[in-house]
Amino acid sequence: MSGIVLSTLRLTKRFGALVVASDIDLELRVGERRALIGPNGAGKTTFVGMLSGTLRPDSGTISLLGRDITGERPDRRVKAGLVRTFQISSLFRNLSVLENVYLAASEHLGAARHMLRPAAHHRDVVERAEEALLSLGLADDMHSKVSEIAYGRQRLVEIAIALCLAPKVLVLDEPAAGIPAAQSRLLLDAIDRLPRDIAILMIEHDMQIVRRFATSVTVFVSGSVLMTASPQEVMSDERVRSVYLGQSGHERFASNVLGA
Amino acid sequence: MLMKSAPRDAKTLGPAATDGSERLNWHRVGILEVVYWGCALLVFFLLPQYLAFATSVLVTTLFVLSLDLILGFAGIISLGHALFFGVGAYVTGLATFAGMTEPISGALLGGVSAALLAAVIGPVLLRLRGLPLIMVTLALGVIAYEAANKLTWLTGGDDGLYGIVVAPLFGVFPWTMFAKTAYLYVLGWTFLLFLLARSIVASPFGVALQGIRDNSLRMSLIGTPVLGKLVQVYVISAFVAGVAGALSAQTTKFVGLAVLSLDTSVGALVMLVLGGVGKLYGGLIGAPVYMIVHHFASQWNPYHWMFIIGGLLTGVVMFARGGLIGIAQDIARRLPRKARP
Repeated sequence: MSGIVLSTLRLTKRFGALVVASDIDLELRVGERRALIGPNGAGKTTFVGMLSGTLRPDSGTISLLGRDITGERPDRRVKAGLVRTFQISSLFRNLSVLENVYLAASEHLGAARHMLRPAAHHRDVVERAEEALLSLGLADDMHSKVSEIAYGRQRLVEIAIALCLAPKVLVLDEPAAGIPAAQSRLLLDAIDRLPRDIAILMIEHDMQIVRRFATSVTVFVSGSVLMTASPQEVMSDERVRSVYLGQSGHERFASNVLGA
Repeated sequence: MLMKSAPRDAKTLGPAATDGSERLNWHRVGILEVVYWGCALLVFFLLPQYLAFATSVLVTTLFVLSLDLILGFAGIISLGHALFFGVGAYVTGLATFAGMTEPISGALLGGVSAALLAAVIGPVLLRLRGLPLIMVTLALGVIAYEAANKLTWLTGGDDGLYGIVVAPLFGVFPWTMFAKTAYLYVLGWTFLLFLLARSIVASPFGVALQGIRDNSLRMSLIGTPVLGKLVQVYVISAFVAGVAGALSAQTTKFVGLAVLSLDTSVGALVMLVLGGVGKLYGGLIGAPVYMIVHHFASQWNPYHWMFIIGGLLTGVVMFARGGLIGIAQDIARRLPRKARP
């Protein structure tokens, strides 16, 4: 099956008797823009944890570029091209923006093995980090501490880090959660401008963002895949409306998305 | 190249490009560093009567520096670091009995032995974090101590190794009563290994270590083989500690069980906290201050000198988490801008 960069087969995770992911099959193609939606507790975060290697599945397999990576360490997966960003900003808060991105660039370029030449003298690393930051409009914040810049911009730093790692598959865990609309536009523009050959899986609650970003949508419910289809089909599906939005969300959903 | 046509403002050009990003600037030499090492050299000329004591201070300083490498920069907490100091001391001491009396190769042998030991236990030990790691390193230290105590045929047990003979330095300079050769010899080692530690901290490897210290999960999710990096710095730190132990054997001409004792491990930790953890000069300030205060306070009152050390430490831990260096940095920050270098 050519063109498929990431696939999971019957991926299952239990915490005791609680099944948080059951038999999840998912395929991502080169350059695909896929949204992953589902109500709280649907198993989205568990799924991302299994993809990135911080959670071990009880059964099932994960393949990246045709290679089984189910038992690989997290760092090896990153080296193989599977990169994730974080929902709750987990940057190095006491480091400058540049330093945060430097760490990723240094690892990706293999400089992190070097013990004698000063970090700042590795110009290729500094330049790669700077370029990633400039391309996301972060030049002015480069030398500020991460904890001192706006929340929306911290999310951009997450993207810059991911960019430095040259991913083939990028998992964005609610990139726009908790940031004001004005800043989220900046973020979404940045995501639009990511290289086309990266397959992106974005977990997102906001239907407007999903519709703008995704060419296909997968819906999780109670740890399994309810459906995978185009955004229009998913949004007009009666089951999705009821399970994902519940009764109270029905009206908001209708006015926000269908009426927009 | 992610972006070719981006306008590059002055901020992103030239050697000053990393201003404001401290972690990328550890390599810059400050004027105070020159003063520090200048003072260390001046001791040789100005305080000849204290050289034996000053030599032991330097040995301890080097040992504390090795602890700072793992604790301060990689977040590896150990209560058993004396293991490596002791192995270095015993191996070097025993080697002289076997005829290996040349000092520099003897010290290297001590360092390499300790490093080998770290390479063996590190991959298992460093999977642990926090309290379990503290307990296991503590246990290892105690086991090593008891083993040395029981293996009297090898270590001399309680009596230790005495009668160590070291050949003249470079085949020329004899080891005099007044520790002149010893002081410069140990100062040379300390300075060289400090330069090594300094470049490691300033390198991309060192920056990655500090990333691991701050958030190791995140580091593995940007592709860093965390365990591998921790083992590497552990081995380097053990090498430095082993050399320090070797220097102690060579300059005191004696190796006793104390080199493996819990006191040695804990003492180094206390000196590091006193000076400032993770500041590179923490051990270099903490060890001399601790030992000098100890030296003179115990002359003043041989029974109650611990009050002074205890008071000093309590004060630092309660009011200045960054140690003595942290206090100095705070003061420097409050000075008007002009006064800053």
